[in-house]
Amino acid sequence: MSSASNVKAVEGAALAAPALVASDVAPAANAPAVASKPRFPRVNSAIDASIRALSLIGLGFLQPIVCMLRGEDPRAHMRQLWLDLGAPVLAMAAFLLLWSQVSQGIQTSLGQIPGPAAVWEQTKALWADHQVQREKAVAFYERQEKRNAERQAEDPAADMTVRKYTGKPTYIDQIFTSLKTVFAGFLLATLIAVPLGILCGVSKTFNAMFNPLIQLFKPVSPLAWLPIVTMIVSAVYVSADPMFEKSFINSAITVTLCSLWPTVINTAVGVGSIDRDLLNVARVLRLSKTTQLTKLVFPSSLPYIFTGMRLSLGVGWMVLIAAEMLAQNPGLGKFVWDEFQNGSSESLSRIMVAVFTIGIIGFLLDRVMLALQSAFTYGPTR
Amino acid sequence: MCASAICALFAITNALAAGKGPEKEQLKLGFIKLTDMAPLAIAYEKGYFEDEGLYVTLEPQANWKVILDRVITGELDGAHMLAGQPLGASVGIGTRADVVTGFSMDLNGNAITVSNEVWAMMKSGLATDEKGLPRHPIPATALKPALEKFRAAGKSFKMAMVFPVSTHNYELRYWLAAGGINPGFYSPSDVTGQTRADILISVTPPPQMPATLEAGTINGYSVGEPWNQQAIFKGVGVPVITDYEIWKNNPEKVFGVTKAFADKNPRTHIALIKALTRAAIWLDDKGGANRKEAAQILSRPEYVGADYRVIANSMTGTFEYGRGDKRALPDFNVFFRYHANHPFYSDAIWYLTQMRRWGQIPDGKPDAWYVETAKKVYLPEVFVAAAKELVAEKKANAADFDFLSDGFRAPTKDFIDGVEYDGRKPNAYIEKLALGLKGQQKIESGNVVGK
Repeated sequence: MSSASNVKAVEGAALAAPALVASDVAPAANAPAVASKPRFPRVNSAIDASIRALSLIGLGFLQPIVCMLRGEDPRAHMRQLWLDLGAPVLAMAAFLLLWSQVSQGIQTSLGQIPGPAAVWEQTKALWADHQVQREKAVAFYERQEKRNAERQAEDPAADMTVRKYTGKPTYIDQIFTSLKTVFAGFLLATLIAVPLGILCGVSKTFNAMFNPLIQLFKPVSPLAWLPIVTMIVSAVYVSADPMFEKSFINSAITVTLCSLWPTVINTAVGVGSIDRDLLNVARVLRLSKTTQLTKLVFPSSLPYIFTGMRLSLGVGWMVLIAAEMLAQNPGLGKFVWDEFQNGSSESLSRIMVAVFTIGIIGFLLDRVMLALQSAFTYGPTR
Repeated sequence: MCASAICALFAITNALAAGKGPEKEQLKLGFIKLTDMAPLAIAYEKGYFEDEGLYVTLEPQANWKVILDRVITGELDGAHMLAGQPLGASVGIGTRADVVTGFSMDLNGNAITVSNEVWAMMKSGLATDEKGLPRHPIPATALKPALEKFRAAGKSFKMAMVFPVSTHNYELRYWLAAGGINPGFYSPSDVTGQTRADILISVTPPPQMPATLEAGTINGYSVGEPWNQQAIFKGVGVPVITDYEIWKNNPEKVFGVTKAFADKNPRTHIALIKALTRAAIWLDDKGGANRKEAAQILSRPEYVGADYRVIANSMTGTFEYGRGDKRALPDFNVFFRYHANHPFYSDAIWYLTQMRRWGQIPDGKPDAWYVETAKKVYLPEVFVAAAKELVAEKKANAADFDFLSDGFRAPTKDFIDGVEYDGRKPNAYIEKLALGLKGQQKIESGNVVGK
């Protein structure tokens, strides 16, 4: 598994964070300067605002279209449209073509490597399977209700607890399990990492104390953490009726341990690189330490913190899939492993479906973080 | 010695007197992706669990170690286990824990497969029948030319089985030893079991067998279905012998729970066994007419997940040895017939003799110890109680059960080497076996010492 090295690479980028953020949010700003006479100022500004929102969620290509519809310089906008929409679509088409060509040539012991058509087929099959399981669940609850009613007729004091559906989790369920786990781990990581990062940024002593520890644990792969986490959780987390499944806790904590570091480092860098003038002003105004922290340090390091969180979530998502595969905890990783073990003629296509799902969800998570980031930060460093 | 048995009996009678539903209704059971998990899948799909008031979730597990650990920690309430696992846990081979079983899941169902490379080396030396096909059972002596070639090339011959105390391990070792090949001894200082070995045997999880064979990491393996038939379909190996030919109607998987679970939930335990017994009856009913449907169910991704044709190959009364060499083997998978579900003490004792034979039990034990250990782990009284309830509910025929058994099957010679096994005389049996530790023999610095 190369996830450890990936983590490092990603974090290398983290230190150059503000630049990376700026270029990501920028498409709207890079667009050709608009010099039209506003005919309907209010409508136009509303359109501009919605375009900005769209570009955040990855629909930036709509902007040139809208602008052209408004009758602005078509040539410049055509170029922008090509960059935003034409080129990516062409690359995607080329990728699909190459994939379907190459896949035909490779014979594995499970048959041919599936092409795009086979993968699409399995996507539909997985969805159909989800529907079937839902119907089964409904039938299950009906049977149970009937049985419970009979039981109550016999013995009014009978235990009437409604039991959860016992069927297998569908692909869609697995996706949601993974999402829940990654968010739980990520939230925990953020709650630990941001205060820790601020401390490291504010105090040189703290930084000197924690830096070696951070450097030591940062490159550790989830696979190394997992057995330790599993053993500790099973020893410590003992309760007759646990609120969370042990497997959920195991995966979430592994995600936390691995996704902690980008946020810690970025927060520390952000806090450390605050404008000296601001601090001097604060000193002149005799602002209390708390006020300095909440009014100056925290807001000015927010862009860094969000960049760190964005990277953390990305790392967390990668780590989670590996953790689920290894620990057999429910989720997309387990789905991949189970299908690999099944070794049926459909297994490879199903694994491909999972690969794309993981990629698309990773992309969406990144976009969500980006949107949050620009919603919460102000000023030129955004 | 009989304290636990009496205790269990007492618990059962108590539970029966109470006549209430199961103590624990929502259960999670683990299984490994093998066709012999069928009773679990069928009991779920046919609603037998629900008939007993149980809400059961079935969950595939990565390997046998995980399954045992999860049952011990309580993450799983019960599981599909290797017959050797509850015994091994009680004796303290690997993880030490009190795991018991009241239900034997099936007979036979395993085979030994070798890679295409090894098959090519051994093929020419095999006796053939009138059709020119290899005559079965193939003895392990046929492996000797391949072993010579490996030795000459300076390579070690490696085979895989699924778990140190697995039936597959003992079957593979039995077959090799019967052919004069030493499979290696275990000792307290060598838990890999490769001391003095002609063939290095190691552990690989069942579903990964074909991929590991294909990768060339191992030269052969001993595993349950469908992973031998899968080797044929994938074109990566050739099954040479089934366990039916090594020991006819050998007990194979069991349904294991912790002793704590069995003591605390006697009604639930019986209810589980009732549901599983009904599933076993269904699987063997009408001369195997239900097997096609069973194979269809097992081929779903949440159960075994291999292709239907692969599963059906061995589940429907046939077995494919070489590509296209498909032969009738009606008893390859037995789920109910021949008292398959009755947890006989003699079955447990056979596994204990093999643990002693290969050094997993490092010291010689008296015959009484074998019986005592078997009685601690195998609970025929629970099975009989469940079966009697099924008979009373007219869901089973009394004639199909051995209600009067004292826990020992009749002595049998149905082994590939014809050595007679009598569960009442384990030490005498060990003495008769060709290779292995006998009496008070021990492994010391790589040598067999003592007598």
